[in-house]
Amino acid sequence: MKEAEIRRLLAANLLCVFSIILTAVLPAFFWKGFTVLGTHVAWLCICSVCVSTLNVILHLVLRPNLTPKRNSFAHKISRFLKCCIYFFMSCILFHAIIVLYGAPLIESVTETFLFAVLLSTFTTLQCLCILGPNIQAWIRVFSKNGAMSIWESSLQITTVGSILGAWFGAFPIPLDWDRPWQVWPISCSLGATFGYMAGLIIAPLWIHWNRKQLTYKSR
Amino acid sequence: LADSGRRVVFMGDDTWEGLFPKKFFRSYFFPSFNVKDLHTVDNGILQHLYSTVDSGDWDMLIAHFLGVDHCGHKHGPDHPEMAKKLTQMNEMLRSLVDHLGNDTLLLVAGDHGMTETGDHGGDSEKEVNAALFVYSKTPLFGTGPPEEPEAVPQVNLVPTVALLLGVPIPYSNIREVMAELFSGDGDAVSVALQQLLVYHINAKQVDRFLHSYSLVAQDLPVEQLQRLQELFSSAVEEHAQLLAQVQGATLVPPEMESRLGSLIGRFQLYLREARAVCTQSWARFHPLRMVGGCILIAASCLLCYVASELAAASDSFYRSCLLYPLLWGLMVAVLVGLARVFTQEGLDLLLVSSWAAAASQLGFFWHWRGQHPKRTRLVGSQPPLASVSLRQRLRAWLGLAFPMSILLFRCGAMFSDSFVVAEARVAPFLLASLVLLLVGKLHWDGRLTVPEGPKQQLLGFSSYRREIWYLLCLVAMLLICVRLSVFFHQCREEIPQCRPSLFLSPLASLRNTRAKNLFYLLCVALLAGLVYAVRSWLRHYGNLNSSDPLVLFVRWGFPLVVLCIACYWAVASSADDSLGKLQELVQVAVVAFPWAVYGLASMGLLLLLCNPMTVFAKDTRESAGSIVTPYLGVPSSEVDFLHVIPQIYKRMQESQKSRLERGSCKATVAAYGLGSVYSAALVIALTLLGFLLMLLHSERLSLAFLLLFLEAFVLLHIHTRARGLAGDAEPFSVPWYAVISWLLAASQFFYSTGHQPIFPAIHWNAAFVGFHLDHSTNLLPAVLVGANTFASHILFAVGCPLLLLWPFVCEMPSSQKRKPKKEPREELQEVEEHMMEMRLRESPEKFSAALLQLGLKYLFVLGTQLLACVCAAMILRRHLMVWKVFAPKFLFESLGFVVSSICLLLGISLVMRVDCAVSTWFSHLQLR
Repeated sequence: MKEAEIRRLLAANLLCVFSIILTAVLPAFFWKGFTVLGTHVAWLCICSVCVSTLNVILHLVLRPNLTPKRNSFAHKISRFLKCCIYFFMSCILFHAIIVLYGAPLIESVTETFLFAVLLSTFTTLQCLCILGPNIQAWIRVFSKNGAMSIWESSLQITTVGSILGAWFGAFPIPLDWDRPWQVWPISCSLGATFGYMAGLIIAPLWIHWNRKQLTYKSR
Repeated sequence: LADSGRRVVFMGDDTWEGLFPKKFFRSYFFPSFNVKDLHTVDNGILQHLYSTVDSGDWDMLIAHFLGVDHCGHKHGPDHPEMAKKLTQMNEMLRSLVDHLGNDTLLLVAGDHGMTETGDHGGDSEKEVNAALFVYSKTPLFGTGPPEEPEAVPQVNLVPTVALLLGVPIPYSNIREVMAELFSGDGDAVSVALQQLLVYHINAKQVDRFLHSYSLVAQDLPVEQLQRLQELFSSAVEEHAQLLAQVQGATLVPPEMESRLGSLIGRFQLYLREARAVCTQSWARFHPLRMVGGCILIAASCLLCYVASELAAASDSFYRSCLLYPLLWGLMVAVLVGLARVFTQEGLDLLLVSSWAAAASQLGFFWHWRGQHPKRTRLVGSQPPLASVSLRQRLRAWLGLAFPMSILLFRCGAMFSDSFVVAEARVAPFLLASLVLLLVGKLHWDGRLTVPEGPKQQLLGFSSYRREIWYLLCLVAMLLICVRLSVFFHQCREEIPQCRPSLFLSPLASLRNTRAKNLFYLLCVALLAGLVYAVRSWLRHYGNLNSSDPLVLFVRWGFPLVVLCIACYWAVASSADDSLGKLQELVQVAVVAFPWAVYGLASMGLLLLLCNPMTVFAKDTRESAGSIVTPYLGVPSSEVDFLHVIPQIYKRMQESQKSRLERGSCKATVAAYGLGSVYSAALVIALTLLGFLLMLLHSERLSLAFLLLFLEAFVLLHIHTRARGLAGDAEPFSVPWYAVISWLLAASQFFYSTGHQPIFPAIHWNAAFVGFHLDHSTNLLPAVLVGANTFASHILFAVGCPLLLLWPFVCEMPSSQKRKPKKEPREELQEVEEHMMEMRLRESPEKFSAALLQLGLKYLFVLGTQLLACVCAAMILRRHLMVWKVFAPKFLFESLGFVVSSICLLLGISLVMRVDCAVSTWFSHLQLR
């Protein structure tokens, strides 16, 4: 049972990684002049949209979480609306935090906001998919011994990975190498993406190696 | 020049008098130090210049005009005042040219340029390039002036002027002459010959200098000297040959010209190479001493760390580990000093003191090792304890990892020139990360959530405690503070697109009167707000009730100080010429108000030292019945008492309590504000220091200072909250993250008060706050400028003990909430909870040990930063950017280290002083 689930997780995560790589490569065939660095804003849009659609589809197909007890149509609609509101709020929150961390306030505001959207896709959307619009559950997952399934462990790892990646992405900005990717927010968004991808790959492996120690409380 | 009998006349800057006392044939000195005085020197020179020139009673006349320089300092290059000054200089030159004789050479040179703010002293393009204007009635240049004149090193002037005046080139010159000035008229060959002659003289002089120098000092490499020697002798030989040929032949053959040219080139080559050899060998380092210094600093850091980790040790441990090694060190110092004296090597103070420090550290580590086995044996005798302690130690290491990694990042950033340049952004970034990491870690450990009840467990929910919102608000406030502080940054020239913050320039430079008034009002309002905040804080903790001189000072002196500062700002920021007749009054006011602030602030500090108690004691022994029912017998009345007079804390003194319990005397002493007596003293001191430092900065930087106080306050609260939530550890040790965040904030506000670790960014204006005329000594302006530069270091270091005290101060509210639910039986324990800082009095050894430990932790973090800086400067000493980035950074960092350590000592000693005062107060109470 567990092995099969880990395999499913691995497949889903690899699919995500693959889709991110595709977003960097594929549009260049349709759109002349597209590069991740050159047309960064476009890539940010494409990447967030792709990753979010893929995640939603995966979530619908795999259904890792327990199905809610009430299953009426109205309930679903309200859930969906709630999810949208949460996602939007998380974008705003990330934007605020990024600006407080020292991003320019007025210049390149679109880039900053899209970066916030990307970060939200990597973190909040995953939470929404797996846990639903349930803040209490989020709080539980992000504490020690809080994860209750391998999906939640994977969620922990990918979220921490993308945020750490974004944080480390800020480091090369002041360096005087004069590379095109040292511009705000390219290095940060690349860092977040790489962190997310690393998290996606590491999560199944880590769970596989530690599967003896990982005993999830069933509730 | 004077020795060779020439008459040198000087007029202008009186700095020259100190440089060349009694060398001038005639001199007109004018006071120069006051930067705001644009006209004294220039007008003085103009009075004497033309008459002196016309009298012809001189061989060389030096006129040092200072107005342009001062104008640049005061107003910057793009100011109407500067235009006026430059026009005046132009007029002067025009009329001077008319006065010149035919055989006179006029050299007009600026000794430096200026940055966009009008300062200099750095090494940027704009600062080191200046114009040189050469004029003579007799033609000097053979050809017309070149289109794009190349820049001439300033030191080239020395040999050129010497030869033009016909005196020998100064002995120690190693630069080349400016050949263009020796062209004269005539054909190319004679010009070349003339230049050759000049070069020959120059080369001979340099050779002589190198020769005698290499005899005295051995630091020039031998083989290179040899090569230079060969180059020189071959060139001289060829020169002699050529001369003979030229004299022999009446008609100079055309190929001669090219030979002459090549010979000139060889002389030039020789001169340049000689100079290169000299600069290379004179810019040499002492690697051994550098490594020694680094090891010393590293060992000190280790010492601080080890000593701060050994908190639980007893008093005797500190004596054996800290005092004896000090004696050891002194002994070794004396021994080494004596040895040096006996061996006639001359006393190198630096070396002796470093040996002493090394010896004392060795002593410390030796003692520590001596102590260590004992401790391990103690632990080893109890095997179950040992395993527990091992696990605990592992956990402690993990806990240490995250603040230490932030510190590591900070230190690593010192090794990259880009990060040093961008450090103004790095420090706030790391501070924000540290605080967010702290919150994240608390969350991860589940400290923020309420322990799950059985009902919640079913749902899988867990809810936050209520305090978390408070903590999150604090964090958000801190982040906003950090972000806002970025607006006060000064610029470095390495970042060309950067514009210096508009808050840095003084209000006087604002043209728009409305904006000026607005900013002025804002600054004054903020100042008043600060005073109000401090006063209300003190009132909240009941420290404003007594009628001691200090409290009176806080009540009435603080507003007075604010009034003085406001008046000073008003006077200083008003336009110079707008007041017309009131000029005299303004001059007086500009000096008087700062002095009033200095006086008041120092009076306040003295009062603080004399009587730091801000406690109002109400002795209720006589009239116990009227105010409060006796303590004994009816415990619930204690609650009533607190309800009757809220926000007043009460301290039952131990002896009194015991007497009460014996029932011999039904009395109690209510002391208002005793619970926060230590912090109150520190807060008052900090506020006074803040006033002083604000006075030294430009008006609008008071906003930055307000942010500083706010951020420090928020940091303290976050620290307290986080500690309360973590709910671990003994209360007497300050965790590392608090110390590191405190220091990060200190370095963040170094930048946010408009400073940068480069010399052009020093606020020299600070030296003239309260001094209109020049200073008599150099000490006072140095202190003023130093205080200006290291303002945030000073404030944060003095406030460091607050990190220890604050959790005690803030413990009250939480216990008050729980109060009504408590059973009367627990009342006694509740009283204990109210003791706040008086808990520290309970265990004096622990208190002093905690203070020492906090100081050591602070020093460790400071020292680690310094070590990183030193190592960076040492490893990268041949780096392209060393003189621009690493060396100034190292200088600023080490000065900051010294200032911080001194201020830390002052802060701690202030706390000790309060402690003494509290002890005497208690003994008085006991006597009564």
